[in-house]
Amino acid sequence: MTIEFALPELGEGIEEADVLRVLVSPGDSVEVEQGVIEVETEKATLEVPAPAAGRIGEVRVASGETIRVGQVIVTIDEAAGAAGEARAPAAAPASAPPEPAPPAPPEPEPGPSPAAAAPEPAPPAAPAPADEAAPEPAPPARPAPAPASPAAPVHREGEPVFAAPSVRTFAREIGVDIREVAGSGPGGRISQDDVKRHARSRPAGGLGRGAPAPDPGAGVDFARWGEVERLPMSRVRRTTAETISRSWQSPHVTLFQKADVTELEALRRRYRERVSRAGGGNLTMVAILLSVCASALRQHPRLNASVDAAARQIVYKKHVHIGVAVDTDRGLLVPVLRDADRKNVTELSAELGSLAVKAREGKLGLEEMRGGSFTISNLGGMGTGFFTPILNPPEVGILGVGRALTEAVWDAEAGAFAPRLLLPLSLSFDHRIVDGADGARFLSWVVEALEQPLLLALEG
Amino acid sequence: MAAGAGTGSGSGDGATRVVVIGAGPGGYPAAFHAAHLGMDVTLVDPEPNPGGVCLYRGCIPSKALLHVAGLLRETEAAAEWGLRFERPEIDIDAVREWKGRVVGKMTGGLGLLTRQRRVRYVQGRARLAGPKMAVVELSEGGDQTLNFDYAVLATGSRPQAIPSLLPGSPLVMDSTDALELASVPPTLLVVGGGYIGLELGSVYAALGSRVTVVEMTAGLLPGADRDLVEPLQRRLEGEFEEILLDTRVESMREHDGGLEVTLAAEAVERPVRRFDRALVSVGRRPNSEGLGLESTRVGLTDRGFVEVDEQRRTAEPTVFAVGALAGEPMLAHKATHEGRVAAEAIAGRPAAFDPSAIPAVVFTDPEIAWTGLSESQARERGIEVDVLRFPWAASGRATTLGRTNEGLTKLLVDARSQRVLGVGIVGADAGELVAEATLAIEMGARVDDMRETIHAHPTLSETLMEAADLFTNASPHYVDRRRERALRSRAGL
Repeated sequence: MTIEFALPELGEGIEEADVLRVLVSPGDSVEVEQGVIEVETEKATLEVPAPAAGRIGEVRVASGETIRVGQVIVTIDEAAGAAGEARAPAAAPASAPPEPAPPAPPEPEPGPSPAAAAPEPAPPAAPAPADEAAPEPAPPARPAPAPASPAAPVHREGEPVFAAPSVRTFAREIGVDIREVAGSGPGGRISQDDVKRHARSRPAGGLGRGAPAPDPGAGVDFARWGEVERLPMSRVRRTTAETISRSWQSPHVTLFQKADVTELEALRRRYRERVSRAGGGNLTMVAILLSVCASALRQHPRLNASVDAAARQIVYKKHVHIGVAVDTDRGLLVPVLRDADRKNVTELSAELGSLAVKAREGKLGLEEMRGGSFTISNLGGMGTGFFTPILNPPEVGILGVGRALTEAVWDAEAGAFAPRLLLPLSLSFDHRIVDGADGARFLSWVVEALEQPLLLALEG
Repeated sequence: MAAGAGTGSGSGDGATRVVVIGAGPGGYPAAFHAAHLGMDVTLVDPEPNPGGVCLYRGCIPSKALLHVAGLLRETEAAAEWGLRFERPEIDIDAVREWKGRVVGKMTGGLGLLTRQRRVRYVQGRARLAGPKMAVVELSEGGDQTLNFDYAVLATGSRPQAIPSLLPGSPLVMDSTDALELASVPPTLLVVGGGYIGLELGSVYAALGSRVTVVEMTAGLLPGADRDLVEPLQRRLEGEFEEILLDTRVESMREHDGGLEVTLAAEAVERPVRRFDRALVSVGRRPNSEGLGLESTRVGLTDRGFVEVDEQRRTAEPTVFAVGALAGEPMLAHKATHEGRVAAEAIAGRPAAFDPSAIPAVVFTDPEIAWTGLSESQARERGIEVDVLRFPWAASGRATTLGRTNEGLTKLLVDARSQRVLGVGIVGADAGELVAEATLAIEMGARVDDMRETIHAHPTLSETLMEAADLFTNASPHYVDRRRERALRSRAGL
């Protein structure tokens, strides 16, 4: 029995993935759960495990390709005898990360299982539900036309487009529907510049509709000013770019305040060993900040909310999941620590350490990067002081952490300057639901908690 | 991420594997272009070399014969200019051989190009066996399986056979048989007054057959503008024995070494007639059967064309279709363009088949050619256009050729944008002249662009410039009274 093994569901909303590596070749024997290919989705890299043991027949994907859920990856000639037991796992979507399964309930997809292949010279693989949306090995689709612009098509019905073939090709290349372009030439002829102008005038950013939004860089011949090299954006980069663009839709404000962490730093040094021995790894200021922020978020629920603008609702979360921005060679990743408010500093420190390692090794599961309600971004390691962190929507708050420096601080009681270790904190918040005073109160609470650690015990 | 980056697992270097089925003017350009784009290409066709119907049994051999026919007519017309030739001796075997040499040279050249392009050529008939595999019934015997990432179907079309018109009879020819030029029958019935019937009818008439054309509709060349057809019809009425419009062939039977044909029309003298031979040219139909399409998701229209999208991709994402198989117009140059589009689409480029103008040429004498919007289409679709007609009587070049009475260059212009939307030409070399017009339409030229482009004198191409000049009725060689009245009334004078 030959199985056509198709790319299983990788997570909610994930429809395609880039193939990073193909781990098997035709003729290889594979075990159940052995990795077949390594793919990169929006933010996670993961191995797709074989659904059954057997011998690899055909490999239908290659590294570098973008493949869709439901697209056949390999055919597996099931090992004789193993067939019976192996078919079952094949039907269930392989859970995304090979690590501890995410909470995602792996219930079988409603459609015919990709593995339920008919005998060989059969009609094409049973169309999985995903096929209808976009057929599987389609050559790269041409750039999707721009989101329907409110403007009526300029072009008159029954007439060919008033543009030269080269201009039409250019429009296709940058994803502009030439029929929407107004021509500035004699009689309304459309020039290449008209297409560029149209592309620029379109609403940028895309409201998550996935349409490529041409920006001022689209179609520009940078080589005119010197040598350039064009490289594809990685998926992580593209996702980051999209998310960051979206964050401009929430008007946000940044407040700056320094926290005197002289005492806290002393405590951190004193208890570092102890935390390490208790399995908490290296106790960092960020781990402590996680604990402080978790308490602050419980005290200030508006910072732990999201806006559902369409429903005109504010969504208050009863859970506190905090994302920590991690710089990796694949790009910026934000693993999320769940229920930070219910964990002690040692637990948070341990978890933070393991998530950072996973992030750097590209082993984060997608679910490990979802559902955050607040983010901490630490640039202190690079020497940065204050900065203006950008929101990670739909979260409404993000705390930027700079490098702590020892400064001379006036001690009024002693009547003298004293050396104090000051930590620059920058809080950005969504001004739609968080007023300036709310934000200031939150930040002051965090600063106070850092300066007087006992507060946590009293109020946290 | 381009699919062109390779989805092959079986092939050595990992290049995308493309199989092109059919090596006509759609298939071989698709194959060559795919190879040019770095793909691993196999081209399958039953003939020993690429060329398809166009080169073996269509455009090329018919044009070779039309050239011969044209020369014969010229020698007759030359009497008027003071040149009298003796009646030419026609060695039909030698003519056939010349035609064969033309075809051999062209197809042999394509064979060489196939090797130079490193395209694998497999002689045989291919059928799909699923969305990733084709099986070729090899001409040398046996089967060969071809696995592919993408296939391009380009199997073209064949003459439509009508059961009541004795398709099996040795006396009844289709265009393929007629091009064989087995003999020149004393009398020939041409069923169908389309371009194939008229072109081949002209050849046989020039070689000595008395030709009768029967056309079911009210005019020759259905679909073409009447003012372009009229000069041709006038000339053909002199060359052909008879042109019977609004007439159908009711039945046909072999009788006494010839054909007894019964015609049906409102008023036809002698409904039963006798011909030595008949040529049935009532249209062509796509070769979509026997291709194994049922093993894929490829869909067909009710007329048997393969349904394709703008990129020429069928409902089966790995399968493309181009040319006559993929729909009207069934023209070689349209197929060639589509073949390139398909190859580019497979390579992941943003290609689309979206021409503003597809030229059509009827290689009769005079030739008829049109491109872009035709006047009849404009009327059907309710598109208002200014029609600028420049008669060749006002052309110096046409006069030197002795062809003043049968030439016309016509521009269809959108009065608002002054854009040229269509061009129709009847006259000598109309097929060559229409190229400029097609470029003008594709580039979005306005009448002043054409008017202000210097054209060489004395050439027939000047008629395009002068027709454009008629937009303001400023042609130096022709004053169009009707245009003048129209412009005056538009100006409110």
